[in-house]
Amino acid sequence: MSSGTDKDVEAKDTGEEKTTGTKPESMSKDEAKKFYEEKGLDLSPDVPVKPKPIPEFEKSLADKISSKFGDKAHVDYVRSDRIRVTAKREDIVSVAKFIRDELKYDHAESVSGVDYPDSKEIEVIYHLGSYTDEKLGRQIFALATRVPREDVPNPGSDMSRTPSLRDIFYSVEFHERECFEMFGVYFEGHPDMRRLLLPEDWADIPPFRKDFKIKGR
Amino acid sequence: MTTQLPPGMHIETVDEKIMTLNVGPQHPGSGHMRLIIKVDGDYIVSCDPDPGYVHRGEEKMAEYRNYIQNIPHLERPVIHDSSNILYPYCLSVEELLGIEVPERAKYIRVIAAELNRCIYILYWLAIYGIFMGHSTMFMWPAGDRELFIDLLEAMSGARVTHAYLVPGGVRNDLPSNFEERCLRQVEYFEKRLKEYEAVFYQNPLLKARTEGSGILSRTDAIRLGTTGSVLRASGVDFDVRKKEPYDVYENLDFQSIVMKEGDSYARSRVPYLEMFESCRIIKDALRKMPKSGSVRTKLKPNPKGGNDEVYRRIESGRGAIGYYIVSNNRPEPYRVKISVGSFRNLICMPYLLKGEKLGNMPAVYWGLNYWPVEADR
Repeated sequence: MSSGTDKDVEAKDTGEEKTTGTKPESMSKDEAKKFYEEKGLDLSPDVPVKPKPIPEFEKSLADKISSKFGDKAHVDYVRSDRIRVTAKREDIVSVAKFIRDELKYDHAESVSGVDYPDSKEIEVIYHLGSYTDEKLGRQIFALATRVPREDVPNPGSDMSRTPSLRDIFYSVEFHERECFEMFGVYFEGHPDMRRLLLPEDWADIPPFRKDFKIKGR
Repeated sequence: MTTQLPPGMHIETVDEKIMTLNVGPQHPGSGHMRLIIKVDGDYIVSCDPDPGYVHRGEEKMAEYRNYIQNIPHLERPVIHDSSNILYPYCLSVEELLGIEVPERAKYIRVIAAELNRCIYILYWLAIYGIFMGHSTMFMWPAGDRELFIDLLEAMSGARVTHAYLVPGGVRNDLPSNFEERCLRQVEYFEKRLKEYEAVFYQNPLLKARTEGSGILSRTDAIRLGTTGSVLRASGVDFDVRKKEPYDVYENLDFQSIVMKEGDSYARSRVPYLEMFESCRIIKDALRKMPKSGSVRTKLKPNPKGGNDEVYRRIESGRGAIGYYIVSNNRPEPYRVKISVGSFRNLICMPYLLKGEKLGNMPAVYWGLNYWPVEADR
């Protein structure tokens, strides 16, 4: 979260010079504040920090996970309509089974990868929803796991692999294929781990990794 | 064979009775995507969808641009439903930056989204009509679509790529006399829409081709994670506008359309019936909308998201669209994932086409309400 101390940084790095006239380079903090106030610009932090109450229904679902799995499944946050849980990849199948059988989530809306080169990890996130349970209509359950990331990827043959959830949530089939080609995460036990969107002759690294740069940028 | 093939490669066995056909990718009525179909005589044995010909890396592009610069390119996957694909993006960014949207803007966004839904469904219906060999059903929707395009042009200034919804509200206020013009055109369109029923949906040839073909059971529709009209045609009552109402949908009067049959006919009929509901929503929103007030909360230049993530979804013409945005204290998002209805519905294409006649492929394909450009992103 950005805080109030960002103000002076804010004054320097935003593109306001272009739109609001020239701003002298050397300007003290107070002068800068005055300058922006005269222009009618708001210098409050970008994200107001409001403590929100933890919703009860979502809390009860998250508690079921933590009482069953303890340390194996870490509850990242509980917000209104959204729960996020991170599990180790060894446990993800059993956690997913529990989510399907006990919490009644029945399909996956999306499977996303997020690349974290600094911590040498790739996060795989399943966003699960439910059609059958009325109470869960508003809810999205984010189940995340982290897999190791190699600097020189060799998709399918390196350490970046995790068990597939296709046997538990059938709907992840194409989403996992997309995640495989775009991030190089191999899903073990997936029956059809071929490329989906990329051309057959793609010879570069998986393109959604952070070290794949768009040309000219 | 003892050699180990690299992952993703396989050896195909050839059967003399089976013929492999490439349907596409050169826009044979399928949009730019390919279906690798194996036929035994006239019957489809298997179908392997091969999307990706219009993959444009929208998600990667979004990582290089700030939250405002992202608006015009993120609508590109479905230019004729552009308000709906931008809607979850705006909701996500608003949640990420903690922006409140003015009340009037919420109503205007709903009107824009419903007008755009009609534009999309009419476009889809026109192509569905021509592929079923019914040229009247190409001409009528393509002509009536102009009504809504004109309205959105008056609102936003652009005929197709509106970029009208922005985080914080809408880009500009409605023009003067928009309300009465919109009401007049929507009321005319409702009368017109009833004529579609007799000329197309009660047509015995259409019924003979589509009724009972490509049946998707309720259980399979849930298991495969389908969405939108495909799901509702199989008897699952799930519409994000009802289940997780965003902006002002909970104040508006409409119902979700559900059919039980799960065949191609039901799948083609659900979007048509939804246009009536869209008209109801537009009329209701015009009545309840505050007559004046701000339509946009100004953002700071280059706003930064916190160390946070957000997942928001809406109901578009093709199903739910969800945006998953990860932010790391920078003006650009760290990762944007777009989960689109077309991509989610793609998975049932192999199931539905198996056992169909080849000549009936367009009926099943178009009934899925599949838009290749959106699926590829």
